Amino acid sequence: MEKKRKFHIKNISLLITVILFVLMFVFGSVKYNSFLSISTFLNLFNDNAYLMIAGIGVTFVLITGGIDISIASTIAFTGVFSAYLLERGVPSGFAILIVLSLGVLLGSAQGALIYYFRMQPFIVTLAGQFLMRGLCVVISEESIPIRNEFFKTFALEKIVIQLGESKALTGKIYLYVFIFIAVLAVAVYVLKNTRFGRAVYALGGNETSAALMGLNVARIKISVYAISSFCAALSGIVFSFYTLAGFGLQNMGLEMDAISSAVIGGTLLSGGVGTVVGTTVGAMIQGIIQTIVTYQNLNTWWTKVTIAALLCFFIVIQRIIAIRAEKLKGRA
Amino acid sequence: MKYNINKLSQKQAFWPAVIFLAILLFNLIVTQGVFFRLSIVDGHLYGSLIDIFRNGSKLMLLAAGMTMVLATGGTDISVGSVMAISGAIACSIVKAVDNVALAIVSAILAGLICGFWNGFLVAKIKIQPIVATMILLVAGRGIAQLITSGKIVTVTSDAYYFINGGYILGLPFPLFIVIFLVGLLVLFVGQTAFGLFLEAVGINPRASKFAGIKVDHMLLVIYTISGTFAAVAGLIESSGIKGADCNNAGLNIEMDAILAVAIGGTNLMGGRFSIPASVAGALIVQSITTTVLTQGVPAAYIRVLKAILIVVICLSQAPAFKEKLAAKRAAKSRKAVNG
Repeated sequence: MEKKRKFHIKNISLLITVILFVLMFVFGSVKYNSFLSISTFLNLFNDNAYLMIAGIGVTFVLITGGIDISIASTIAFTGVFSAYLLERGVPSGFAILIVLSLGVLLGSAQGALIYYFRMQPFIVTLAGQFLMRGLCVVISEESIPIRNEFFKTFALEKIVIQLGESKALTGKIYLYVFIFIAVLAVAVYVLKNTRFGRAVYALGGNETSAALMGLNVARIKISVYAISSFCAALSGIVFSFYTLAGFGLQNMGLEMDAISSAVIGGTLLSGGVGTVVGTTVGAMIQGIIQTIVTYQNLNTWWTKVTIAALLCFFIVIQRIIAIRAEKLKGRA
Repeated sequence: MKYNINKLSQKQAFWPAVIFLAILLFNLIVTQGVFFRLSIVDGHLYGSLIDIFRNGSKLMLLAAGMTMVLATGGTDISVGSVMAISGAIACSIVKAVDNVALAIVSAILAGLICGFWNGFLVAKIKIQPIVATMILLVAGRGIAQLITSGKIVTVTSDAYYFINGGYILGLPFPLFIVIFLVGLLVLFVGQTAFGLFLEAVGINPRASKFAGIKVDHMLLVIYTISGTFAAVAGLIESSGIKGADCNNAGLNIEMDAILAVAIGGTNLMGGRFSIPASVAGALIVQSITTTVLTQGVPAAYIRVLKAILIVVICLSQAPAFKEKLAAKRAAKSRKAVNG
């Protein structure tokens, strides 16, 4: 009985999210003619793979109770810098390696500042945001096109999935979506089945107890910020597959989209609770809202307003859950 | 005399003000006086210096409101969006009924409601400030777009232009708005127990609550003030561009406001604060921007410069950093004594 109740508290947010997603899909299918199809579903991944990857990265940070608002700039920087390197004739594999390591470097530096000097994550990653966005424009103020063959292959190659004759049963999935699937699989494994994953949750639950338990707080904290920036850099590469260009003003405000995906997916911003699967569903909900808004031919800003309303709803639910959890603890 | 300088330098606003003057001096030397050249056209003052005050007025207002929010250990990242909403409402009303007074009142009222909403989420529902204000950050621009139905609303009203472009006694009108509002705020905080309570809440909200301070009410008031000031800043902005641009009005200005407060020496983790120091900080941020632009340095470097500034300032404030520095100094002096 006790165990069951615990299950409820941890998963109710995710459950609501999944139900909401299904409801929205049904709503769209009933309302619009060509909505119900495999391609609508697969396009959620085709169009949002980069957001999902970034969201998975930031979920690690959020679980520890921190925040990372530098990711959108890191994505833009990765796009611009890799486009710049490719333009100069650097081999694609090498360029990708360079930008990914830069991501890890930035994340580790932010994590180190946060841990060793006890600076607020918000402020440190704010500085990171300024820095990366500034560097983008320092490299190039204009959009740099990518003509590299490897990037083009990833951008254009797709697998057509055909389950039947009718149009509704065909869809396509781009190659870069598999990068997201790989990231998701690794993240789920790491958080669920490794010592590191459990330590991340422990740190979010209570930092002092985690330290007293003998966990290496420095290593975990720096790692989660490194993971977040690495995912952002990877997301930047996927985004340049998607657009085949690097531009310094891209993805303004994407950090908030990624964080709201996590919150809608059940991650507690106070730390300790959250799953990367939830974040993925959160990003899918944002995608489906966007799709419905497009079908309805509404002003695209309705997307933002709806997402904000959802965000508000979920945050209030989280508070109620937290208050209930406190009461349960008090009774035990 | 010496005693006076000592006393003065202990004020939090002292060093930011000195830095501001140093930046101006740097400009004076580098541009050989062009920077300070003031010309009088039609009885109005023109020049780079006046521009700093005019363009910095929005930031000064935001920084003043943000100081109190940060002093409680919170943060308000929605101010840019509130500016967009206020501009959208004011411009729509001016365009529809050509009533500037009604437009100003409605815009400020909207800012008040936005701020109250933030305060309500933080104080009553007890949501972390950054998350609570994130809701309005995400939604605000959307709401502004819905008010203007996605268009950039341009206005033609000399009375409305006056908010940003007007002059009184040869000085730009926004400066008077800042002096009036910030002066009122400083008086309120300095002459009542409010400032003292505010500092207490920032240092230890729990202890303050036990001491009988109504923390909830204070938070509500503080976020409401921040929202209201943001609305006034939005009015100045939209008057300056003669219309409401919901996408770009006040974009990323919340970051500049936080930077200004940090430069002013207010502890971003809550506690010690000074509104005049933040206003000086805002002037520093604005003068850096103006300097960089007049020197012909690409605007892109401003962001990099600001990033470095934030890290250095916050590092110097961080207790852990201070301890490490103190330990090093102690070791050094011990060595000196022994050696």
